[in-house]
Amino acid sequence: GCFVFKPSPKKRRVSQKTVNHFGERKDDSEDTELRFVTCQSLWNEIKLETEQIQEDLNKQLFDNLVSFLRRSHSELQEKTTEWTCQMKSREIPTAALVLGVNVTDHDLTFRSLSEVLQNNITPYIALVEAKDCPGVKNLMQKLMGQLMNCYIDVDSLEDEDYVQVSQNRIRCSMSSLINWYESVTKKTDSETPRKKRTSSSRHWQSPPVVVIFKDMESFTTKVLQDFIVISSQHIREFPLVLIFGIATSPMIIHSLLPHSVSSLLCIELFQSLSSKEHLSTIIDKLLLTDRFPFKLGEKVLQVLINIFLYHDFSVQNFIKGFQLCVVEHFYSQPLSILCCQLVDAKKRVNSLSHNQCENIRRLPSFRRYVESQASEKQIALLTTDSYLKEIIQKLLEDLHVYHENYVSVLRCLHVFTSSLPKYPLGKQIRELHCACLENQVWETEEYESSLQLARMLNKSDLVTMLQQCVEIFVSSSGKEFDKTIEKLKEFLTQFQQLDDAFQEQDVSVSSQKELQKKTDLYHLQKTLLELKESRRSKKLTKFEMLRFEVVDYIDGLVRNYLVPADNKTLHEIVYFNTASVLREHLNAAPRTALHTALNNPYWYLKNQALKSDGGSISNKAPDICIAYKLHLECGRLINLVDWLEAFSTVVMAVEGQNADAGSSDQVDDVIHARFIRAVSELELLGFIKPSKQKTDHVARLTWGGC
Amino acid sequence: MSQPAGQGGGLWVKFVPDEEVLKHIADDPGVKVRKDKTQLTVSVKTFVKKLENVSDDEAQEILEEKKYVAALGVCAQDSMGNGSSVSGGEVYSFQTPKRSSKMAELASELAQTPGQSVAPDDSECPEKTAKTPQSSSNLILLFAWQRAILKSYMFLLLMHVYFFLLQSKKKEFVSTTPYRLRKRLAAPDPYLESESEYSASCSEEEEEEDDQKEDNTALSGRKTPAKTKTASTSPPRNTLAKKNKENKTSNLVEEYFEAHSSSKVLTSDRTLQKLRKRRLDQQTLHDLLKKAPLAYAAEIKELNQQHESLFSKWMLQLHLGFNIVLYGLGSKRDLLEKFRTSVLQDSVHLVVNGYFPSITVRSILNSITEEVLDHIGTFRSPLDQLEFIIKRFKEDSSLELYVLIHNLDSQMLRGERSQQILAQLSSLPSIYLIASIDHINAPLMWDQAKLSLYNWLWYETTTFSPYVEETSYENSLLVQQSGSLALSSLTHVLRSLTLNARGIFRLLAQYQLENKDNASYPGLSFQDFYQQCREAFLVNSDLTLRAQLTEFRDHKLIRTKRGADGVEYLLIPVDDSTLTDFLEKEDEDV
Repeated sequence: GCFVFKPSPKKRRVSQKTVNHFGERKDDSEDTELRFVTCQSLWNEIKLETEQIQEDLNKQLFDNLVSFLRRSHSELQEKTTEWTCQMKSREIPTAALVLGVNVTDHDLTFRSLSEVLQNNITPYIALVEAKDCPGVKNLMQKLMGQLMNCYIDVDSLEDEDYVQVSQNRIRCSMSSLINWYESVTKKTDSETPRKKRTSSSRHWQSPPVVVIFKDMESFTTKVLQDFIVISSQHIREFPLVLIFGIATSPMIIHSLLPHSVSSLLCIELFQSLSSKEHLSTIIDKLLLTDRFPFKLGEKVLQVLINIFLYHDFSVQNFIKGFQLCVVEHFYSQPLSILCCQLVDAKKRVNSLSHNQCENIRRLPSFRRYVESQASEKQIALLTTDSYLKEIIQKLLEDLHVYHENYVSVLRCLHVFTSSLPKYPLGKQIRELHCACLENQVWETEEYESSLQLARMLNKSDLVTMLQQCVEIFVSSSGKEFDKTIEKLKEFLTQFQQLDDAFQEQDVSVSSQKELQKKTDLYHLQKTLLELKESRRSKKLTKFEMLRFEVVDYIDGLVRNYLVPADNKTLHEIVYFNTASVLREHLNAAPRTALHTALNNPYWYLKNQALKSDGGSISNKAPDICIAYKLHLECGRLINLVDWLEAFSTVVMAVEGQNADAGSSDQVDDVIHARFIRAVSELELLGFIKPSKQKTDHVARLTWGGC
Repeated sequence: MSQPAGQGGGLWVKFVPDEEVLKHIADDPGVKVRKDKTQLTVSVKTFVKKLENVSDDEAQEILEEKKYVAALGVCAQDSMGNGSSVSGGEVYSFQTPKRSSKMAELASELAQTPGQSVAPDDSECPEKTAKTPQSSSNLILLFAWQRAILKSYMFLLLMHVYFFLLQSKKKEFVSTTPYRLRKRLAAPDPYLESESEYSASCSEEEEEEDDQKEDNTALSGRKTPAKTKTASTSPPRNTLAKKNKENKTSNLVEEYFEAHSSSKVLTSDRTLQKLRKRRLDQQTLHDLLKKAPLAYAAEIKELNQQHESLFSKWMLQLHLGFNIVLYGLGSKRDLLEKFRTSVLQDSVHLVVNGYFPSITVRSILNSITEEVLDHIGTFRSPLDQLEFIIKRFKEDSSLELYVLIHNLDSQMLRGERSQQILAQLSSLPSIYLIASIDHINAPLMWDQAKLSLYNWLWYETTTFSPYVEETSYENSLLVQQSGSLALSSLTHVLRSLTLNARGIFRLLAQYQLENKDNASYPGLSFQDFYQQCREAFLVNSDLTLRAQLTEFRDHKLIRTKRGADGVEYLLIPVDDSTLTDFLEKEDEDV
C-alpha cells in the first residue's frame, strides 16, 4: 500500500523555494518575492512576540515552582532528627500544576518549564505521558531512559558504552535507579572544582529528580498508585519531586488516589494563568498596537475568538489562525506589498508598477475617495501615476495616524465601559474593539446606554478613570493628544476644586439627617414627598454639570477617532477581511458538506437537470444520491432486495420506459452494478454496514432522515 | 400610607387568583379544565399576555443563538461556494416512525415524475395517511374532543391555552418520570391521552411546515384547513412553535432509543437469492460499470479544475507548517494523483493507499526508514521507529518528504495508536502531509491533542467521482461480492491438499448443507465427524483427523466452537450459496 517516489538525482533540486508557490496564479508576478519576504518577516516578528508573551506570562508560575523545588530539596538535605521533619520526609514533595482545559497549549508550557528547571535546579528531569505508560513497568522504563539519557547529555565525554549497556540490561527497578543516582551524584561530588564551577554552581550537590506527569488525569489509577507507593519507600535515598499536570481541577488527585496513597504526597498547588487572560494579552500585544502593520477585520477576529471560546480555549490554535490570516492576506492581496512599516511602505509606493497603480485604483475604498474629490483632481488621480503615488503616501500616513489614535482612544473608552454595571459594551477590550470595527459604535444602542450609565458614575470612580485615561494618552505615541491631556487634566482639577467647595455648603445633608429621626408614617411620607419635589425642581449641581461635560468630551473623542476601519481609504491593504476562508479551513464541517452533496447535488454540479426546488433531489441525480435518498426512508435495517428494486425503478424511469415489460422483475445487469457501486460507496462513507441479523440486510448507521 | 396601600392590595388580590389559577391548572389540567371552563375563558386573556412575554424571551434567546451561529459563520451569507451552510439540525433530523413500504413509495414517486422534483401530494393518497396508526387515532380522538367542547373560535383560543398547559405539563414530566412510565401514566386517562396525542400531531404539523416532503398526517391538511390557517397566523402560535421545537429535541433523544430498543425489525424477508440474480464478481462488475457512462462528466471535470487551481496554494501552506486534509463527497484519489504528478515530480514523496486492506502504520514507517532514509535494520516497536525518524529528520534539515495518504480514515489506519503516530510524524516541520478523508465520522478520530499535532487546514474537495479504487477491495464490498473471493480461496487452498483432505472437507460441507434449514444448527461435532470420516475410509485415527483439521483452521476454512455440553463443533464460516457453488465446482472437477 505504500509507494515511495524518488526523483532522479539530477532532477532533484536541493530546496524548492516556497516563494515559487506564492504567486503562481497571479499575473502580476513582479513583486511576489518581495511580498513573500514581507509576509515571512512579519510573521516571524509576530511569532517572536507571541513567544515572548508566553514566556512573560509563565514567568511568575515558573518562579514559584522553582522556589518550591528549592525548598523541598533543602528540607531533604538537612538531616535533622526532628520527629516532624522525619514524618515530613516520608512524603514526596509534589507540585500540582493546574493548567486548564486547553490541552494543546500544555506541551509548550511543559517544554519551557523543563528548560527552566534544567537551567536552575536539576539536570534530572523526566517527562512522562499517560499514553506511554500503560503499566508501572513502562513508566519505570520511560523514566530510566530519560534520566540516564540526560545523564549522558551532562557529560557526553564519559563512557557512553557503559550507559548504553546499562540501559538495555539493567532491570527497571527502583533500586537500580537509586544505584544510578548514587553513582551520578558521587561522580559530581568527587569531580574537581573545575567542573563544579560550570555545572554544579547552578545545581546543588544532590539535585532532586523531577518527574513531570504531563496529563495526570489520563493515567490509570493503578500505575500512579504503585509508582507513588514504591518511590515513597525510597524517598530518603532518592530525592524525588513530582509535578502533576492537571487540566481539570486539583480535586482530581483525591478522586484518582485513595487516601492511603495521597497521604504519601506533600502537595502544593500552582495555578497557571487562564488561557482567556493569555488570549487577552495576545490580542492586546498583537492587534491593539501600531507595531504590526497587519490588522484583522471584524468578522475575521470574531471567527477566531469564537473558535477559541466555543471550541478549544487554545491560544496556540488562535495563533495558528492568525498565521493563516497573515498568509492568506499576503497571498490573495497583491497590494499587501504595502503592508509593512510606514517608512518602507512609502519607499515601496514610489516603485509601484503601473499594474499595481491600477490595482489601487480598483480598490473600493479608493474609488470612494476619488469620488469625493474635485473633478480635476479625480482625473489626475485616475490618469497620472506619479500624482497617485503622492496621494497614496499621504493616505498611508493618514491610516497610520488613525491606528495610533484609535488604539489610545479605544483603551480610554474601555476604561469607562469596563466598569459600568452589566457591561453594555462588553467586559473585554476585544469586544469593544469588535464593536468599533463593525460599525460606527456611537450609533449603537449599547453605546447609548453605556453613556447613560456613565453619566451616573460617582465622583471617585470618575476621577480614577480620568487619571487612567491621562496615563493612556501620555504613554501613547499619537501626536494629537496634547490638547486632550490638557483638557482631561483640567477636568481633574475642577473635580478637585469641587471637593473643596463642597465642604462649605452642606445644606442637603441636614435634610437627609432628618430622615433618621424617629417619626411616624405620615410624617415620613410627607418628608419624602417634599424631598422628591425639591430634588426635581433643583438645578443640576456643579458636579453633575461637570460629569456631563466629561462624558460629552469622551463621546466627542469616540466620534472623532473610533471611526470603523472600513470607512478609511486604503484599508484593504492592511486589513484581512475574508472570514469565510478562515472558517472553511479551520472550522470545517465535513459532515455538512457530505450531506449537501448527497441531498442537493445541484449545489456542486451546476446542471439544470439537477435543479430542483423544495430541497428534494431529482431522479436524475448521481446514483449515490438516489441510493442515499432511498435509504433514508428505512429504519435500522435495510433489505438489499427492496433497495435494489427501488433503485432500479428510479433509474429505469429516468432512462425511459423502453426497457420495461418483460424484464420487470429482473434487474438489468448494469443497473445492478451501479447499485452495488452506490451501496459500497455509502458503506465507505459510513452510512451503512453489513449486518448479520438477517440475510441480505444492511444496517443503517445514521438515524433519522431528511 | 394605609389608604393607597390598601388599594394596591386590593388590586393585587384581584390579580393573584388568575395567576394562581393558571398555576393550578397547569399542575392538574385534566380535572381543572373541565370544572372551571368558565373561569378559563376569563383567564384566557392573561394567558395570551403571558404567552407573549414568553415569546419575547424566546425571541431574545433565538437572537442570541443566531448571533453565535452568524459569528461562527454557519450562516449562509458569505460562505463561498461550499455546502456548509446547512445548520446542524437539518442534517439528521428525526422523522416519524418508518413504514416498511416507504422506500418503494418514494421510488415510485421519483420514477413517476421524471426530471422533476418530487413533492408528494398528500391529498391524493388518503390510505397512506390512514396507514400510520398514530395519526388516525389522533384524528378520532381529536374530533371527538373537539365536538365535545366548543365552537370553533373558542376552540382556537383554547388551543393556545392547552398548548401552554401541555408544555408546562410536559416539562414537569420530563424532570420526574421516564418516558415509558409517562406513557403508561398517560394511558388510563383518556382525556389526558387525547391531549398528548393532539400535541403530537401538532408538532408533526410543524415538521410538515418545515419540510415539504413530510407526509402530512392528521388535522392540518384536509379536515380542518381553515382553523389551522388562522392558528398559524395568530401571534402566540410562534411561541408554541418554538416550544415545540424544544420538545422536539428532547423527543429526538427518546425516539432514538425507541427506534433502537425494539428487537423486531420490520423489513421484508426477500433475499437476493430469490431474485435468481447471478452474483457479480469483481471483474464483471468492473466491466459493467465501464459500460455505464459517468453522469455529469462535464460538471465533474469543472469541479476538478476548480480544485486543481489550488495546488500552488497547497504547496505554500504545506511549506508554512500546515498539513492539508481533503473532505467531501467523491473519490479524491485522482485529484491527489494529479497533485502528485504535477507538483511533486521533483521531490521525494510517499504515497499511502489507506484503503488497501492490509496497510499498517508499520508499513508506512518501514517505507520511510528503508526507502527514504535508506536505513537497514529493524526496530523493536513502531514508537522506536518513529523516534528514529524524528531524530533523522531533525538532524538533517535538507531532508524533505511529502506524504500523501488516500483515506486517512480507513479501517486499518483509524486506530488511536496509528493516528497518534501519524500525527507525530506530520508534526515534523520537514514532513508535509496531505491526506483525504471520506467517512462521515472521520473527524472523531482526532482529539484536541492530535488535531494540534496535525495542524490541519481543511479543504472541501467534492468531486462526485466514483470511489473505484477505494471500494474495489473485497472486504469493503457488500454481501453481493463476499462470496467470490471466499470461493476462489476455498478452491485454491483445497487444490493444494491431498485427496483425503479434500474428502474430509467435502464431508463437512455436505453435512452443513444438509442442515442449512436448521437455524440452530451448531455444527458437526467432532466425534460424529470422526465416525463419518472413518466410515468413508478417509482417516484411520482421530489424531490424523485432528492434524487435518488444524490445517483447515490455519487457512480459516473451518471454525470450531465448544457447545454447552463441552463438545467441539465444526463449522465452515462460508454462506450456503458459496458452499453449494463450491461443491458443484468440485463435482465438475472430479
